[in-house]
Parts: sequence; C-alpha cells; structure tokens
Amino acid sequence: MQEIRRKYVVPGDRIIDGNFRPLFNVIRAGNSIISTRIGIAEAGREGVKVIPLSGIYIPRVNDIVIGKIMHHSSLSWDVDINSCFSAHLPAQDVFGRDFSPARDDMGRELATGDLITARIIAFDRTRDPMVTIQDKDLGKVPRGEFIKISATRVPRLIGKRGSMIQTIEQATHTRVLIGQNGIIVVTGRNSEGIKLAVRAIRMVEEEAHTPNLTQRVKTLLNVSDSAPADTSQLAQPQIAPQNEESQPTIQEVEEELEVEKGEKAP
Amino acid sequence: MTQTRSLIDENGKRTDGRTGDQLREIKITVGVIKNADGSAFIEFGMNKIVAAVYGPREVHPKHMALPDRCVLRCRYHMTPFSTDTRKNPAPSRREVEISKVMREALEPSLMLEDYPRAAIDVYVEVLQADGGSRCAGITAASVALADAGINMRDIVSACAAGKVDDRIVLDINDTEDKEGDADMPVAYMPHLEQVTLLQLDGVLNEDQFNQCLDEAVKGCKMVYEVQRKALMQKYFGNETELKEEQ
Repeated sequence: MQEIRRKYVVPGDRIIDGNFRPLFNVIRAGNSIISTRIGIAEAGREGVKVIPLSGIYIPRVNDIVIGKIMHHSSLSWDVDINSCFSAHLPAQDVFGRDFSPARDDMGRELATGDLITARIIAFDRTRDPMVTIQDKDLGKVPRGEFIKISATRVPRLIGKRGSMIQTIEQATHTRVLIGQNGIIVVTGRNSEGIKLAVRAIRMVEEEAHTPNLTQRVKTLLNVSDSAPADTSQLAQPQIAPQNEESQPTIQEVEEELEVEKGEKAP
Repeated sequence: MTQTRSLIDENGKRTDGRTGDQLREIKITVGVIKNADGSAFIEFGMNKIVAAVYGPREVHPKHMALPDRCVLRCRYHMTPFSTDTRKNPAPSRREVEISKVMREALEPSLMLEDYPRAAIDVYVEVLQADGGSRCAGITAASVALADAGINMRDIVSACAAGKVDDRIVLDINDTEDKEGDADMPVAYMPHLEQVTLLQLDGVLNEDQFNQCLDEAVKGCKMVYEVQRKALMQKYFGNETELKEEQ
C-alpha cells in the first residue's frame, strides 16, 4: 500500500475509496471519503484529511490569538478574535479572584480598541470561546503595525520550525507577533524595516501555495541564500505553538514540495 | 398567446444558433471581490452575475441565531441597469422568491451544523440579465461558497431545460423563456446525485417531464466541469495534479 497520497481537491471530490479514517475537512459517503474544502488532500495510514486553502478562523483550545477589545460588561471583556465567535475575557483573569465590579475599573486596565495576545482556554460548539492573558508573553500589545491575513496562511508564514518568520525578522530587524487567528503585529525601530516586513508577509499570504516561495521572499528581502545569520542573539519569534492535536499545516506540504522541486531546505 | 414565430428553424438551430443540447458559453472567475470571504463572477451567455459570500460571521440581530447550526441568508438582486427597461431597485416579488429558492437550493450542500450561532450571507447581484439568471446565480453562489472555505458536501450546479416548439431543449434563453412552452430550472449536486431545486413553469406530460429533467441534469454536469475548473484555476493555477511522493 502506498504511504501517503496527495491531490488537489474541491468540495465534493472523492479522495479515496475504502475503509480509511476521516480526520478533518472530509466526510464519509458510502464507501468513499470526500472532501468538504478546497485544498490538498492527504490519504495516509492514520487517515484522510484535507489541508484547506481558504476559510475563516475557527477557535481551538490552546491557540494563541491576537484580539481587539470591543467593549466590556461589568464582569468580562468582549474580544474580537477575527472569527465568527467573539471571545470573553473574564475580569477575574486580570484582577484576580477578589475582583469587585464596584471597586475595580475595567476600562483602565484594558480599554476598547486595545490589542491583546491571549490564549483560548475553553471553546466548544455550545458556547463562545473564553480566553486568558495570564501566561508568559500574553497580555496587552503596546504598539506595532497591525496586519490581518487569512488564518489558513498562518502556518505558511511561520514556516517549518519558524524558518520563514525568522528569515523575515532577521532581514528587516523587526519582531513579528503572529496569532493563530491571522492577526499579526509587526514592531521595530526602523519604519523602513516594518514596511518591508509587511510587504513580505503580504507576499507570503498571496502566494502561500505556490512553489519556491521561500526563495522569492529572500529575493524581496535581499537575503543571500547562505546559512542564516546567528540566531542566538535574537529571541525566539513569538509564534503560537502548534499543539499536538492541531491540524496539519500547509507549510509542511509546501516545504516538502519545494524540497522536491530542488530548492534548498532552509 | 399565439406563437408569432418559430423558435427552432428547419436545421434544428435555435434563436441564438445553438442546437437543442447545447449550453450557452459559460465563464466563471473566482475571487473577484477582495472584501468578501468568497466571491465569483459568472458569464452565462448574456447573463453577467456577481456572487459574494460573507461569513460565517456573527448574527445580527442576535435573536436570529440558531443554537445548533448556522443561518444561511441569500439575497438575489437585479441591478436597475440589468434589463433593457430600468428595473426598480426595490426587491420585487420575483426577487424575494428567487432569494428563497436559492437559499433552499444551496442549503443541502452546506454543512451548516459546523458553524453554530453564526450566519453566512450570500449576495447575488445580476449585472446583466438574460434567461436563466437564477440558475447562473446558484452556480456562481456555490463557487463563491467554496471559495469562502465553508464546509460543503458538494458543489451545486444549476441549469435549466424546457420545451420549445414541442421539443425538449437545454438551457433556455430569454426569448425561449418568454415565448416557449415550458421552463424547468434544476439545481443538482453532481457527486451526491441529488436535486436541490426543481421548478417548472409551463405544461409537460410525464415523458416530457422525465426527458426535460434528464436533459437539465446533463446540463448541470457540464456546468459543474466549468465550476471545478474555475476553482482549480484560482487555487492551483494550471497544475491539476499534485506530484506524487515516492
């Protein structure tokens, strides 16, 4: 039996016949597995899945997202996380368990329009996502250039083990904060660097599924193809960690394809 | 109404030069509207239609939200300049009806239970109308929904068939719609082999009905090929096959 079979699919396409386990973005119809999204289908030993190329962000527990405070009630903030569900940030999360709506001024801590980095702690189909900012590297985002990209492009922007985003950060001397929901904040001292980083990010978004993308980004950033500069001086990029159950990432497929097409692996 | 002229000539050609089983020329472009989550532009003969999909997104007003699935809202609208005499832009009876049947034609293909408490908005704007704009609208809307990355069981393709001069012909145009004997728009999911819309304006006997439905389904399958090609073109360019791994 062949290990992994991949093909391009649109909704309704039959991926494979037989007793395979449907993983995600596929459904079983009779004896076959059919795709429910546009993307790259993968049929392997563990099951059949489709890596989507379009679609909005659907929250998953433990995702790190960047959100905007929309407003607050007396007990929680409503956060826009670029999804069809708005997230709740309970006031206790910020003020501690002895929070009192009469004593504590929520607007002073997080005002409408503030950007926050948060982690999703609870979400299921019966209720809206709940987020927390009580963790390392979470909380208010003080400054930066705000960009929104499609959430399906985020894994490609991060690249294999963060390769793509490290390339962009090093070449432009910026820090790029990426939320799994497709919201990105670029910070840096040099406005030219920020502009260049934004252009590179836009390029990755538009050409995410095309081959030789790493090469074209490097050309745009004027980076030589040699080994990347010493990364020890730079902090690890603040990227949302991929949890174990997370969906497969488009960059895994694309980078493998690039390697196949003769490009050097980064 | 008495028929004033023959709609099929002695060579079997129709008013626009097609044979009985020929579709008009179809062209679909995907992703024409940047602000939308998914969009498509279709040219179906002389029809020019834009479909835009927004969502899944939050439902406003909130009381419209359903706890277990997504709300699908469709709006079919003809621009005032889409017809030869100005069309009042206010929604007419016909447009309200088409919006409804369009929603019902698209709903079975969507996995709405995947997006509880959300809404999907589909806007279909007819820029230039010829006969069969509801079919072209459904076809474009389905492509736009796929472009928006909404979970779908299948793509919906739509095509009409009808009776003209006592003959069953495929893809009725505007003249045939007005002067012909019957018009039957059909929407169909080609992989699941299920009909999601069937309307009939006119009189057919049982044989003619069956023949007409078969013809329309055949047309839907041809439309599907164009839809698929358009989606593939946008996402994968000219590559149709992914290189197999070793």
